[in-house]
Amino acid sequence: MFDKNIKIRGIIILVIVLAAVVYVTPSITDSLPAFWTSFLPKDKINLGLDLQGGMHLALEVDTDKAVESAVERLSNSLKETLMDERVRFRNLTRTGGAKISLDLVDEESQRIFRNVVDEQFANLVIRSQDIVDGREHVILQLTEDAAEKIKKFAVDQSLETIRNRVDQFGVTEPDIIPQGERRIVIQLPGIKDPQRAINLIGKTALLEFKLVDEEHSVDEALKGSVPSGSEILYGERVDPTSKRSMKIPYLLKKNTLLTGENLEDAQVKIGSRFGEPYVAIKFDPQGARDFERITAENVKKRLAIVLDNVVHSAPVIQERIPGGNAQITGSFTMEEARDLAIVLRAGALPAPVHILEKQTVGPSLGQDSIDKGLMSIIVGSILVIIFMILYYKISGIIANIALVLNIVLILGILAAFRATLTLPGIAGIVLTIGMAVDANVLIFERIREETRLGKPPRAAVASGYSKALITIVDANITTLIAAVVLFQFGTGPVKGFAVTLSIGILCSMFTAIFVTRAIYDYFIWHRKINRLSV
Amino acid sequence: MELVPQGININFVKRMKIAVAASVAMIVISVLSLMIHGGPNLGIDFAGGTLVQVQFDEKVPVNDVRDALKSVDLGKSVIQQFGASGDNEFLIKTERSSSELEDISTAIEKGLDAQFGADHFDVRRVEVVGPKVGAEMREKGFLAIIYAMAGILVYITWRFQLRYAIGAILALAHDVTITVGIFSLLGKEFTLPVIAALLTIIGYSLNDTIVVYDRMRENIRTARRRDLSEIINASLNQTLSRTLLTSLTTLIVVLALFILGGAVIHDFTFALLVGIVVGTYSSIFVASPTVLAWESIIPAKKKRK
Repeated sequence: MFDKNIKIRGIIILVIVLAAVVYVTPSITDSLPAFWTSFLPKDKINLGLDLQGGMHLALEVDTDKAVESAVERLSNSLKETLMDERVRFRNLTRTGGAKISLDLVDEESQRIFRNVVDEQFANLVIRSQDIVDGREHVILQLTEDAAEKIKKFAVDQSLETIRNRVDQFGVTEPDIIPQGERRIVIQLPGIKDPQRAINLIGKTALLEFKLVDEEHSVDEALKGSVPSGSEILYGERVDPTSKRSMKIPYLLKKNTLLTGENLEDAQVKIGSRFGEPYVAIKFDPQGARDFERITAENVKKRLAIVLDNVVHSAPVIQERIPGGNAQITGSFTMEEARDLAIVLRAGALPAPVHILEKQTVGPSLGQDSIDKGLMSIIVGSILVIIFMILYYKISGIIANIALVLNIVLILGILAAFRATLTLPGIAGIVLTIGMAVDANVLIFERIREETRLGKPPRAAVASGYSKALITIVDANITTLIAAVVLFQFGTGPVKGFAVTLSIGILCSMFTAIFVTRAIYDYFIWHRKINRLSV
Repeated sequence: MELVPQGININFVKRMKIAVAASVAMIVISVLSLMIHGGPNLGIDFAGGTLVQVQFDEKVPVNDVRDALKSVDLGKSVIQQFGASGDNEFLIKTERSSSELEDISTAIEKGLDAQFGADHFDVRRVEVVGPKVGAEMREKGFLAIIYAMAGILVYITWRFQLRYAIGAILALAHDVTITVGIFSLLGKEFTLPVIAALLTIIGYSLNDTIVVYDRMRENIRTARRRDLSEIINASLNQTLSRTLLTSLTTLIVVLALFILGGAVIHDFTFALLVGIVVGTYSSIFVASPTVLAWESIIPAKKKRK
């Protein structure tokens, strides 16, 4: 009767072990024969960033700014509509971040104004109205709904844009995941130039074309009197001799004529004269038409190209430019030009993003950590193996078999479930080696006790296992509780530790209870030994 | 081979008074240390800030590194040697994560570049934690420990009885406090991995405690006449060899980790080391006395599980 049992148990164990070995093999060798790659698993174990090197970034989208920009656009639109409807108003401006305030001159205007808001600006709601100096002072703001929608859209679009940019940057297996209401978590494994990646990802990249205000003087404006409808923006120039960068003020007309939204393409090209890289941009049909009109109307005037509120250049318009092709020149390195082209193609971020958290691990440290981790596993295992043989003799060997099996199983499960192995995770494996011995110790000590009481091997083993079982389960479950809590709360490397600890505990219970028992039973029932070596 | 001779009968209960006194002393020292240092030494994971690990290609005195970073507005900062002395590695830690102009980590790299030249050093690791994230981690970390303890309290009450659970929780609180106290005494930092180590210790220390409890439960069931302190003594003696063995094997592997695992997880393995030693001690000398004390205050009903 026990015969069959052993055979079945043996087969189960063999199958599980084989499966684990199959899953682990790709991580050990790089050269797998053809038949393997066609249907057997071929992915290496997923290494955490702290082992393979790379960057982890947590960004927060400034949704409040997104709402402010939306309100700004709405206020411009409202101004035009009110003027069309001949409503008499004064001082329509955006105030307090996300509100619009204006003064209505007479009752007629007040009535038409309310109609307009009701019918055409469903997103706006009147927050307050007071009579001040005979005029009605009204403050408007976005409805809750509209504000929420804008915030959500800002996050979704930021996610999309960043994905686009990272795609073009060319990182293998990037991970870009939203988190909570307005966070984005980015993992870039194996990245060599983390700073460049951050610049690429974090850049708002708002491209605007504005006319230079030739009618007023820059210096006058700098002294304090900026004409209405104009603004001061700065450009940077690096002095070729002193290598110092200087800020150059420009007086520009506030009105944005074209933005990066109208771009269809942006490519890096090399200038024929000095071999300098520049970015050639192409507008979409609507943009091309607008561009043609703007250049036609403003020949000999200067058109400023502004990127994220920094003036890039302000060339003179020589003639009407049809076709929608233009150039952004400047002293670029090849990399800078390439990155600019990427952000222009991917589009601007709808709102600025702030870096909340950044972890970068260089590849050299990653490899170091792997080496040290492996050494710990090997040395730890050897020490425990020697000790077990010394203390429990042949039973010790049985426990050691379980130990080795454990390690293979843990790695196999990690590979099969594509769980991530981190440095603390390796520590978790090492810890499991020590703790797994515990289950075996519990069983063996019981068996020793039972043998001392005079029981024959069969009974001693059966008794030992059954009495120890409850204790093993109880003890391991509590460690599991701690591991599960850790998994919920931890991030990155620590999560990896919780994962390997949990897997390790489960595997060690399996090997201690099922596998070692099968080995004992084999010896007792098949080889019919009379004395236990424990 | 036997570590613990057969039929051993140490009177643990008699020594409990001394043990409790020792425990109380250690806890008081721990709390005092924490008070003197104004709380635990929080690493950037919890306090926010920047950490840059740099390796130079030749020996560089710490003051040179400090000089190189004088121009960077670091705020409160610590620059220390990291790892083995032959590694020429330094850890630069600041409490600020960014200034108006740029990421502090970038500023640090630029400063080092200006002084040493980019070819002579390698930035091995950078961690930047903004204040928001730091605050979140503090909250989460604290909650995690509370949840773990609560989960364990529930489980043990279910499997044994409330008095056992209280004993277990006291033992855990004892372990955590002393480990935190030792860290505070030695000026070591609390980072996420250290909290992970604490949670592991909680789980592991419980292993020991449960093995003893299990034995107690079994002995109570089979020997009704004996008085509780005798049963506790017997249980502890019977499980002594197993307790020592498991602690020994776990210590062996954690020592291997401590010595070979490298500087990055050093604090983590140190916490595990301390925790295992303290945890084993508490399973014998804290959990059981509590059950005994509870019994003298609130005697158990005759019918037991």
